[in-house]
Amino acid sequence: MSVFLAKRIATFLATLAIASMLVFAVLELLPGNVAQVILGDTATPESLAALEKKLGLDQAPLQRYLGWVGGLLQGHTVDSYSYGTPTAELIVERLQVTLPLALLAMALTTVLALVLGVYAASRHNRLGDVGVMALSQLGIAIPSFWFAILLILLFAVKLQWVSAGGFPGWAEEEGGPGGVGPGLRALLLPAVALALVQAAILARVTRSSVLEVMREDFVRTARAKGLSRRATLWKHVLRNAMIPVLTIMGLQFANLITGTIVVENVFVLPGIGRLIFQAIANRDLVVVRDVVMLLVAVVVVVNFAVDVLYAFIDPRLKAADA
Amino acid sequence: MTPPGAPAALPPETPKEALRAPGGDPSGPAKPVPRRLLGGVAAPGFFARARRHLSFLLGAVLSVLLVLGAALSLVWAPYPPAEMDIPHKLQAPSAAHWLGTDNYGRDIASQLLVGSQNSIVVGVIAVGIGLAAGVLLGCLASARRGWVEELVMRAADFTFAFPALLSAIMLGAIYGPGLVTGIVAIGIFNIPVFARITRGAANAVWSREYVLAARAAGFGPWRITLDHVLPNIASVLIVQATISFATAILAEAALSYLGLGTQPPQPSWGRMLNEAQTLMFQAPMLAVYPGVAIALSVLGLNLMGDGLRDLLDPKLSRKR
Repeated sequence: MSVFLAKRIATFLATLAIASMLVFAVLELLPGNVAQVILGDTATPESLAALEKKLGLDQAPLQRYLGWVGGLLQGHTVDSYSYGTPTAELIVERLQVTLPLALLAMALTTVLALVLGVYAASRHNRLGDVGVMALSQLGIAIPSFWFAILLILLFAVKLQWVSAGGFPGWAEEEGGPGGVGPGLRALLLPAVALALVQAAILARVTRSSVLEVMREDFVRTARAKGLSRRATLWKHVLRNAMIPVLTIMGLQFANLITGTIVVENVFVLPGIGRLIFQAIANRDLVVVRDVVMLLVAVVVVVNFAVDVLYAFIDPRLKAADA
Repeated sequence: MTPPGAPAALPPETPKEALRAPGGDPSGPAKPVPRRLLGGVAAPGFFARARRHLSFLLGAVLSVLLVLGAALSLVWAPYPPAEMDIPHKLQAPSAAHWLGTDNYGRDIASQLLVGSQNSIVVGVIAVGIGLAAGVLLGCLASARRGWVEELVMRAADFTFAFPALLSAIMLGAIYGPGLVTGIVAIGIFNIPVFARITRGAANAVWSREYVLAARAAGFGPWRITLDHVLPNIASVLIVQATISFATAILAEAALSYLGLGTQPPQPSWGRMLNEAQTLMFQAPMLAVYPGVAIALSVLGLNLMGDGLRDLLDPKLSRKR
């Protein structure tokens, strides 16, 4: 076990280190330098020199890289050019929208996919199965941001049940629009839009995984000893079928994150996706760099966690690796 | 009758197969040509089976429509897609404007038609980059094994830390938004996908007896790769290429929606959706058409890819 864990941790740390070097290098290799790009062609030499000093461009690249990584680890980051606050502060503030949105979308995805996948498998090759599979093909083909627009068309434009976007905030104030209830309501449609595609993929994986396990001998044994079909399905089949489903969920997290960037912009939600988009418009490259680094780190951490979790669920893997 | 979609999807196979099919193989028994995978295309019964495969047929028809639409728009469209006609803005569908006009009086049908070129270009180049580099690396890993394989696979693992769309956004932010930046970013992230698939399939071929026979006859790794490995893994690659094509269309649409992909005046489905979103209360249907075009293209390619997998490799389909 310890050999396995040590190997995984080493790969994990190496991946993070190389990824951070790459993200840093992309900004380094700019024609001109970051300060010139941020300020544009009309900048005066004085303002350029001031920003260069502020961004530490007078230091050697290696020193700046170490300073950046060290700062990220301790939560000290450079000030954003357009907001005037440290990027870490901006990111933490925006995460209060993105994180609940991603979790809500993941929860919806899981419930929807498991129910549909197990249902399709239990109706293998019958009408219900064919219907679910056809729906999932359609779900995979629909871009999440278009589905988001369709949801706005239906619920905001046509039925006028919700507003077409925006976020009231979590804080409950006297007479203010914010609060936990309104906040969650604002995140519901975006989460549904994100969950559709993910659930379509995950339902297919669940279905084929359940079908695979249903052919195993222990399922026949369970049925032979008199356990009902339903009890076998929920007690024996589902637990064993979860292993591939869990892996795909881990991989899907990366898709969910990029999906969040686009869908937040559709609904004008003040989250990480909106932040990176506005930072691009403002040429606020340090914000772009730090947000990209954060998202890459999240993907790497989730993949690492799934890898380790997977080994705990299926001990055969550890043996193969160690 | 030949199914309408099948010929367009298959031509890359046919010439190669025609070269290999004749019975009098000049290279003698040391190089038996395995037919199971690639041969599946030209094998008797392929078209008969394809004709009965409903979802493959649907996918092939949709894909052919996409290609035909793009080809047609090169020579003809109802109106020049960027031509503004303010007096006739936001019109409902009519005989003159099949799908109506947008807020500048531009013809929606023409924009959709010309926009399909974009999807094809993005798909072909992004998949081309991934296919060329990925197959090369995968074959190298499989032929050389040892540290080369380890290096290629670790590098592929590493690239998965960067979601393609996120990288395209970062590159667009820094090097300026544009179609080329987007295509290159999507293409680069196709490389590890193809490298992994190639290496997995190639390793299976390398363990076969006929490869052993070829090695015993003194053929080198590159010769074996060209003669035995590539023809045998072609069908796996075709299937992946179709599916990656669909993914590339989706990614380009998202980038263009954010304003980081195709730039005006070239029409693109993603940007049409962005522009339509500001007009949702006046002209809700404008936000529907481009999405339908994207969804049908992606659906068609995915169905065709899945269908090809069933048709080319019955073993795989039975496992699913």
